[in-house]
Amino acid sequence: MAFIEFKNVSKGYSGAQGFSPVLKDINLQIEEGEFVAIVGYSGAGKTTLISLIAGLIKPDIGQVLMNGKEIQGADPERGIVFQNYSLLPWLTVYENIRLAVDEVLSDKTKEEQDAHTLKYIKMVNVSHARDRFPKELSGGMRQRVSVARALAMNPKVLLLDEPLSALDALTRATLQDEIKNIWEAEKKTVLLITNDVDEGILLADRIIPLSAGPGATLGAPVQVNIARPRDRKKINHEPRFKEIRKEVNGYLLGLGTKPKLTLEKKLVLPAIEPEDLDHPRSLIPGATVAPIRSNEVKKERVEL
Amino acid sequence: MSEQFEKKIKDYVILPLFGVLCFMLLWCLICSVTDNLPNPIKMWQKSELFIYEPFAKRGEMDQGILRFTGLSISLVGQGYLVALIFGTPLGFFLGLSKLFTRSFDPIIQILRPVSPLAWYPLGLVLFELSPEPSYFASLFTISVCAMWPTVLNTAVGVRAIPQDYLNVAKVLKLSRSKTLFKVLIPATLPYMFTGFRLSLGIAWLVIVAVEMLKGQPGIGGFLWDAYNAGNYSLVILCILVIGLVGFTLDRLMSLVEGKFKTA
Ligand SMILES: Nc1ncnc2c1ncn2[C@@H]1O[C@H](COP(=O)(O)OP(=O)(O)OP(=O)(O)O)[C@@H](O)[C@H]1O
Ligand SMILES: [Mg+2]
Repeated sequence: MAFIEFKNVSKGYSGAQGFSPVLKDINLQIEEGEFVAIVGYSGAGKTTLISLIAGLIKPDIGQVLMNGKEIQGADPERGIVFQNYSLLPWLTVYENIRLAVDEVLSDKTKEEQDAHTLKYIKMVNVSHARDRFPKELSGGMRQRVSVARALAMNPKVLLLDEPLSALDALTRATLQDEIKNIWEAEKKTVLLITNDVDEGILLADRIIPLSAGPGATLGAPVQVNIARPRDRKKINHEPRFKEIRKEVNGYLLGLGTKPKLTLEKKLVLPAIEPEDLDHPRSLIPGATVAPIRSNEVKKERVEL
Repeated sequence: MSEQFEKKIKDYVILPLFGVLCFMLLWCLICSVTDNLPNPIKMWQKSELFIYEPFAKRGEMDQGILRFTGLSISLVGQGYLVALIFGTPLGFFLGLSKLFTRSFDPIIQILRPVSPLAWYPLGLVLFELSPEPSYFASLFTISVCAMWPTVLNTAVGVRAIPQDYLNVAKVLKLSRSKTLFKVLIPATLPYMFTGFRLSLGIAWLVIVAVEMLKGQPGIGGFLWDAYNAGNYSLVILCILVIGLVGFTLDRLMSLVEGKFKTA
């Protein structure tokens, strides 16, 4: 029995324009201690998927199970790092994390709660900013605090919703390493949502592509069988790296999914009068093509 | 630097003084047409006594102007407090529960525009058996009239709480009271304070009407008394003081409100 399991889950939202499906027929199994990355387009339904596990929303059809039991509402045992950080602006860094600690370690003494809070503030390297308010932090620092809050809940599962997508490449790399270290140290089950395949390859055991919406569904998982510890510089030279990337991108770019958007546009060819109308011109070596006239218009079809 | 300074002087000293001057001119103009209205100089002579001895008490309806003002402010303060104590929770219920809103919004919308002059007699009837019916009726009138901005702004504020904050409370499984004090109230504070400010403005409007009805000592009672005695200079003095106090209260509340806006 898998630790977390999606059984034929579908989910949509009803709004002003009626019901719009988002996720369709999602089947997913995550084992305990596994690091799974889900890669997909913006708006595909990644946040919806992670909210289902968090218990913030319920599936329309199907079941989301944890340890074989249906997930009923949110719980600190599934810690989540929200896409937009969601720190409470009226609390300092310390208070934001302490709020989580107080709930989870409510049976411990004040000193133990305090020590626990400080430990996680230190783990994500924001000790110097512990008494600042979220608005006084940089994006990367907010992200770290958000990770610290989730970790401080001692969750069995850590859900990360595009935790690094708003950051610059440099900060991103640092935080990727931090997430890697934390996972290696704490051996938690982690579900990482990302839009960056390379990030998934660096961190995850398994990458699962999510097709574009509406009615997005999961593709076949791709095993990241590259030995750990993985080094971000060396990993680019691994032959498996390119293969995995190709597999995931291949699925996302259309193999396995129907093309979502096609654009038809008129292509007006430049008005060039060939010098010699009788002379056939050849564009492709070996083939003979009639001369192009100035009024010739071609249609081009682009798949996005 | 100096250019900016000059602009500031112009904007905040010269132009306002110009406005005051225009106002005085208009006043004198009206005085020259009618005999009833005292001109500024006459008005000052008549009310000097009440200004130079602002805290004197020579009789029930013959006190220094600040003493009257103090009495009024104290009554407003009490009524305003009652308004907040009842208005804020009411606003929270309206914001949190659709059922509650559907049930009580219509009646609130109907009671909201009712004038203080209409509430006061009802207050007298309600508190007829109390030791001081007129005092309780005043309190009642002030709080009922001043409550609505607080109620409505709090309700809007609660409805405007971002889903993200509520999700945090859910994931942390905060208890009801913790959700209220750590999430709902802080998130609503900016709206609440806008309501508090508007409520205070209304409370101050109402006090004058209430005191006039009952002829209680206070700035409004003094005004009414002066009118009955044909002492129109004092009526003008009262109007100016009422305006100044209202302005000051609004500014003070704006300062507090601004503190919470940035949070
Ligand atoms: N509460 C909601 N009500 C109605 N529609 C919603 C709601 N939340 C999300 N949607 C819609 O569902 C779709 C998927 O949204 P979701 O936030 O899951 O996407 P996402 O993959 O996380 O995108 P991104 O990468 O931009 O974060 C979008 O079309 C969005 O408009
Ligand atoms: Mg998202």
